[in-house]
Amino acid sequence: MQLVLAALLLADPSAGPAPLVSTAGTSYLTAVSIAAEQPVKVSAVTGDHLYWQFPATAGRRPELAIDVKLPTEGRTGDHAWTVEVFDGLRRRQACVGGEQSPVAETSATSMTLGCRLRQVRSWAEPWDGDPLPGTYYVRLSSTELPEKDLGLPVEVSLKLTAPTGDTGADQGSLAAPLVPDNRPGEVLTTRPPAPVEKEDDSTFSFDWLPDFSSRWVWTASGGVLAALAGLVGFSWTRRRRV
Amino acid sequence: MIHRKLSIVAAIGLIAVAVLGASPAHAEPETTAEPPVVELVLDVSGSMKAADIDGETRMTVAKRAFNEVVDALPETTQLGIRVLGATYGGENKKQGCRDTQQIVKVGPVNRVAAKNAIATLRPTGFTPIGLALREAAKDLNGAGAARRIVLITDGEDTCTPPDPCDVARELAAQGTDLVVDTLGLAPDEKTRKQLVCISQATGGTYAAAQSEEELTERIKQLVDRAALPPPVTPAVVEGAKDCATAPLLAAGVYTDRELIGEHRFYRVSVNDGDELRASVSIALDRPLNRDYGVLIKAATVDGRELVRGLDAGSGRADVISAGLRWSGDEEPALAEISDICLIVSNSFASATAAGAPGMPVELSIGLVAASQAPDAPGLGRGLLLLFVLMIAGLVAGVLAGWLTRWWVAKWKEN
Repeated sequence: MQLVLAALLLADPSAGPAPLVSTAGTSYLTAVSIAAEQPVKVSAVTGDHLYWQFPATAGRRPELAIDVKLPTEGRTGDHAWTVEVFDGLRRRQACVGGEQSPVAETSATSMTLGCRLRQVRSWAEPWDGDPLPGTYYVRLSSTELPEKDLGLPVEVSLKLTAPTGDTGADQGSLAAPLVPDNRPGEVLTTRPPAPVEKEDDSTFSFDWLPDFSSRWVWTASGGVLAALAGLVGFSWTRRRRV
Repeated sequence: MIHRKLSIVAAIGLIAVAVLGASPAHAEPETTAEPPVVELVLDVSGSMKAADIDGETRMTVAKRAFNEVVDALPETTQLGIRVLGATYGGENKKQGCRDTQQIVKVGPVNRVAAKNAIATLRPTGFTPIGLALREAAKDLNGAGAARRIVLITDGEDTCTPPDPCDVARELAAQGTDLVVDTLGLAPDEKTRKQLVCISQATGGTYAAAQSEEELTERIKQLVDRAALPPPVTPAVVEGAKDCATAPLLAAGVYTDRELIGEHRFYRVSVNDGDELRASVSIALDRPLNRDYGVLIKAATVDGRELVRGLDAGSGRADVISAGLRWSGDEEPALAEISDICLIVSNSFASATAAGAPGMPVELSIGLVAASQAPDAPGLGRGLLLLFVLMIAGLVAGVLAGWLTRWWVAKWKEN
């Protein structure tokens, strides 16, 4: 247990309770960064589109839990809300759990939304839409509501958790995480030159060795078991000595 | 026991290295920070005399809110204040509709001067919102990267035409990043529709304020938002009608405009061993029919499709986006450097506003090293694996036993 704690401390140098996030962005570019377990509390109005972003690594199962305190006065009808998650390429990601798009009745004072993503894979084919390591965007918005009800104050609190799933489930790795390249574009007049071929370094590396996972334990135990079974099999061919 | 401990330590080391090694990759690239600029545009027309917010006039409440906002202003923010309908009290509409002045110049705020300027305001004349927006955009010209206007009004434009919503769309289409956030003071239906339209046209937000507290909090929030400009100012680009004439783009973020039903072409040079990443967002800046979609396609120069990304939606939304990845690994027919065509199209429909300017498009292009397809798993897991290994061990043991017996017997014979 202590070792695990030590590992956590190693991984996160700024250990301690994360500060409260009280803002949200209004577009992909201005999305406010949040981290797992960091409390988020934002006041907004109905009709706002609120954006946050968070990083996720392979093997994580990010999950969002959102509470919206609805305006008590001035509502004239049902409000449909939705939480959507997009990856670093702004591709829609499926929610496999949680109430993603609930409808609040006129009398409801609050509502909860949730979204659990699939486990983030370490690699996927370019043609595939699986969740990959990188940035994720969260967009919270009211999708359908009476026009009259726009602009009323609401209070949003959000919590992100990212438990670790089966880290050994995947082979391969992504050369670069799906993090948007946020620099101003440039229209080129000539083609950029092809990069010079780099010679392979002949230094010895351990890249071929898979990371530690439960598969190591299974495979090693299998080996031990096979050795024992081998001994048993060998002993069957011996004459019993009395 | 010692071995177990060792393996745990090794495992933790591996995990720590993996986590520490991975984290810098997520760091946002450094960008030069330009000072954020925001201009508050306040309606000081005759209707602000109405005493319907907590028993006080709208003007009194707005003044107090402004003072509080000026006090709480972040040091780095550059703020300007413009008023409309503040000086001309007569009946001549032509003259009244030209009535807008900048009372605080855009720049680092002198709190005392700003408060004095606010204190002298008296609710007087017409509501020329369209003109005030145009002038405010001029005030912000050349200042900073992201420009934000906060429009605070209690009534609709009394000087149409031009429709302030058309003005807003026209300003937003001028290429530079301009966002108009609107705030309605105890708004009626017509005002609300107009303000929602203005904010939608520029990618801003709309809020209604029924009390002083709501007003103050919202203005502060909008000013704070302006203090956090986006990490990048997209470069303006104009996509072509076909691939041959399409602009050649480097990695980065671009902005363009696309009409409903239009196809826009861009070109990107992808080296052998690189992966192309592209994402596109189209902002829904006008009233649209209920269902819509966006499609981004990567194709070869001669029109063969390689991969596509698409998304569709319905109802209220601010943007709709799609993205794609492509790498040439499995396309041996393509040359060492291949020009890839990106085609952005949409399936919007609008009953009212289908014409120019087109809808705002944000295109983001990345070029990174291609990822290799992994080998088959080297390690296994599960009870079946254990069973198979055990049977194999058993068979191997029996065979080894028989072999030794046969060999020993033969040796004894000789």
